[in-house]
Amino acid sequence: MTKSKKSRLKGVGLFLCLTIFVLGLTCSYPVFASKQPYKVGAIFAITGGASFLGEPERNTARMIEEMINARGGINGHPLQLIIEDTAGDETKTVNAVKKLIYRDNVLAIVGPSRSGTTMAIIPIVEKEGVLLISCAAAEAIVSPVKKWVFKTPQKDSDAVRKIYEYMNKKGISRIAIITGTTGFGDQGRKQLKQLAPEYGISIVADETYGPKDTDMTAQLTRIKATPAQAVVNWSIVPAQSIVPKNMRQLGMKIPLLQSHGFGNIMYVELAGEAAEGIIFPAGRLLAVDTLPDDHPQKEVLARYKKEYEARFKENVSTFGGHAWDALWLVINALEETGPRPEAMRTNIEHTKEFVGTGGIFNFSPQDHNGLTKEAFEMLTVKRGKFVVLGES
Amino acid sequence: MSPASQFLQYIFTGVAVGAIYGMVALGFNIIYNATGIINLAQGEFVMLGGMIMISLTNGLKIPMGVGFFISVGIVTLIGAIFERGAIHPLRNPSIMSLIIITVAASILLKGGAMFIWGKQTYTLPPFSSNNPISIGGAALTPQTIWILGIMGASMVALAIFFNFTITGKAMRACAVNRLAASLVGINVKLMVLFSFALSAAIGAVAGVIITPVALMDYDRGTLLAIKGFASAVLGGLGSNVGAVVAGFIIGLMESMGAGFISSGYKDAIALLVLLFVLFLRPEGIMGRVEEEKFKK
Amino acid sequence: MGRKNLYAMVVLTGVVLLLPYLIGNPYYVGVLVFLGIYSLITIGLCLLIGYTGQISLGHAAFFGLGAYTSGILSTRFGLSPWLGMVAAIFLTGGVAFVIGAPALKLKGHYLAMATLAFGEIIYIIFNQWIACTGGPSGFGEIPRFSIGGFSLESDFSYYYFVWGIVLFVFLASLNLVHSRIGRALRSIRDSEVAARCMGVNTSSYKLKIFVFSATLAGLAGSLYAHFVTFLSPGSFSVMFSIILLTMVAVGGMANIWGAIIGTAILTILPEYLRAFEDYDILIYGSVLLGIMIFLPEGLVIGIFNILKEKISSTGALEERTLTAGK
Repeated sequence: MTKSKKSRLKGVGLFLCLTIFVLGLTCSYPVFASKQPYKVGAIFAITGGASFLGEPERNTARMIEEMINARGGINGHPLQLIIEDTAGDETKTVNAVKKLIYRDNVLAIVGPSRSGTTMAIIPIVEKEGVLLISCAAAEAIVSPVKKWVFKTPQKDSDAVRKIYEYMNKKGISRIAIITGTTGFGDQGRKQLKQLAPEYGISIVADETYGPKDTDMTAQLTRIKATPAQAVVNWSIVPAQSIVPKNMRQLGMKIPLLQSHGFGNIMYVELAGEAAEGIIFPAGRLLAVDTLPDDHPQKEVLARYKKEYEARFKENVSTFGGHAWDALWLVINALEETGPRPEAMRTNIEHTKEFVGTGGIFNFSPQDHNGLTKEAFEMLTVKRGKFVVLGES
Repeated sequence: MSPASQFLQYIFTGVAVGAIYGMVALGFNIIYNATGIINLAQGEFVMLGGMIMISLTNGLKIPMGVGFFISVGIVTLIGAIFERGAIHPLRNPSIMSLIIITVAASILLKGGAMFIWGKQTYTLPPFSSNNPISIGGAALTPQTIWILGIMGASMVALAIFFNFTITGKAMRACAVNRLAASLVGINVKLMVLFSFALSAAIGAVAGVIITPVALMDYDRGTLLAIKGFASAVLGGLGSNVGAVVAGFIIGLMESMGAGFISSGYKDAIALLVLLFVLFLRPEGIMGRVEEEKFKK
Repeated sequence: MGRKNLYAMVVLTGVVLLLPYLIGNPYYVGVLVFLGIYSLITIGLCLLIGYTGQISLGHAAFFGLGAYTSGILSTRFGLSPWLGMVAAIFLTGGVAFVIGAPALKLKGHYLAMATLAFGEIIYIIFNQWIACTGGPSGFGEIPRFSIGGFSLESDFSYYYFVWGIVLFVFLASLNLVHSRIGRALRSIRDSEVAARCMGVNTSSYKLKIFVFSATLAGLAGSLYAHFVTFLSPGSFSVMFSIILLTMVAVGGMANIWGAIIGTAILTILPEYLRAFEDYDILIYGSVLLGIMIFLPEGLVIGIFNILKEKISSTGALEERTLTAGK
């Protein structure tokens, strides 16, 4: 054997050993006496365009897993989280869900992060009878109600309602909407157009941009030429920070309202001064410091924020909170009914007054989301911080 | 806002965006000229330029003037390493292999960036002020002036390099005919290395100057590479002037398309025009058919 | 076709038939279904790139056109998936013809850019034409195929359906490659000028293979739509076109067997990599880079060459020991 062949084989051998080693590490979980672990699947968009959702969700899920196992598990059984990355892609999500159901035999699945990927796997979980608690926004996920599918984020239609209610209060009736061509932006646009007549709002401009676009001045220039009294932007990063910057560049003075996708102080920092005065509906997590102490959600929110920021050294976001709510629902169900999916499902379906980060949940057989528009609070940006929008 | 000001505004936007496409296209051209390779990882150089500058400025608090040269320097080094590691060892690669290799390299660079900087978006403070200047009813950001200015300076520097220095002329010689160039004593392998380094440098400059307005994240490179490639092809592969002009054309078409036709389809409009030009004039706007034949 | 190929074909058919029973788990069978669907595209792409020497960075668009055509016709208009499939084939073929005629006059990087632009334009149309395609949110509830009254609901039944088609197409392609036409194609790849001098109608062949590969992608798209039952533009972006290319290149461009092997590796590998979460992109890129640098002709040809070397070197060793023993 020649020298180069030998070294190539050595290299391959080393690589294989390393791979096996790393694989072994990632497959380890705490071993408790003889109690079987409770396996729960988690599918999030950890990489890809929706990673701003998937990463905090994954982090939150891991944090909860560690916490549960540190305190002795669920009724003594360790919690084993099997995490899959969907990269926001339907095909990968379908494969991931099949693996979790047929190979890993999980008791329930938390996620996915995106509405599109959730819709893609609903037929599978319904057919196999697997409990799914999605962290995606679209109303279509729970309406019409499906037996095994729940979701924890607030409805995007409720977000739009809160925005329109605010506009009614302020006497704004002509608006321009500008949305990103992603699943989230498109859903928002649909809801904005659908609900506008109900609140007497007329949409005088309807612009779109691609999710990777970095300059929206052309669209905003068109909007500037219309009699719009306010602009509503429905998108994900980085557009959420670029639109206010562009508006400022163009000297546009009308108010900018954003979607609940603006749920991370990072986007304010990115937009700089241009972020001042942006108004948007969000879960109360972002302004937890300004909440009164007797607010029912304050304790849960403050605890989550403190633990998350200490553990991961980054700002907390409402998106991670959806995973918090979803996983705790599953854990509570496991504690009360044990590892029986049918019983767990019924348990969650009858859960009332569950205090989560997204709001206070009241599930029912007709309502698999459990939140109303009161889960939203209108927030604004003042001096670079999120504050509750006061009466002004 | 009057239609005239609107039109002017679209021009400002298109020119700012087009300048970046032009610089990326220029990077494509430099490597193509010396080696015949299309480096689809070009966009990652832009991304890295912006990201490294962000770390230096926001993280290490190094003054921006100094940071600028350091970032460009580091990315130039990365370009050179890329050439040595991925391109140099190849024997006689086909176009397909090269495309895949550069794609694989761009995946790796993107992955590396994702690990170092995470997935979030970052920004840089603008070079001068943030306050837009009003011209004829349209707003021009000072950063756009910086972009055009630095781009112009880079082009002048490149022109001087290619026309008045020995190395530059040697690189041009390789572009015309590699065999002949090596026969007159030019170290072609070294010129290949230089072309990658230079290309990376230009990409980095583009990345730094665009970040204050367009923000930057680890995933930005791919779309820029596609648009830059389109500009390079539109202008005629091998023509530096063509690349820059085509960059502006595509940028302007995008912003005009968004402004007058449809914001959603603006990219498609620019690409349709590109297809049209290619079908009618396959060598691009300024490409020359005879030059293509001699290259082989 | 050659005896080697025939034997290999029999072995492949046997493996395909038995695999689901040996594996059993629907998850793995599901992955194999995707493998079959993607193989349809890569076989066509391999013919185009490896044998005719052209390039296409836009085949995801044909895949998407097939998927959306079949999906929309069977949901919005209530047509049977079979009709949807036929429509998908004809639509992609037609579009390929219209685009291919002018595009294939371009060479090298210009052709690459033209196909890239085409792919991107189609993707934008998928995303923007909300009335027709449902836009970025996509649409679902696409019905499954059914033969007679029997609906192909389970992954097992769909697996045999898809792979039946794949084997048929593969056999046809093997025949094509080893025929006069195959030789003509290879002559085009090696030198278009020389081929034309020998009387080969290069532009006609190039267009025919382009259209053929596009219809295969359209067919695959239809099979995909009625399997996943939900479509959104994200699955048909330029990135996927590039992934298709890498599947062909990794397996071996100048060999149809390479197409299936490359597809297999790049479909199964990500399934394992998912467990690595963030690391998967790095590992994927490194594997790709490694293969392209060390085995530029692709795995099939590269490993075949390494094996040939080993066999000949051990043969020499045996000779020496024989004489020494004496």
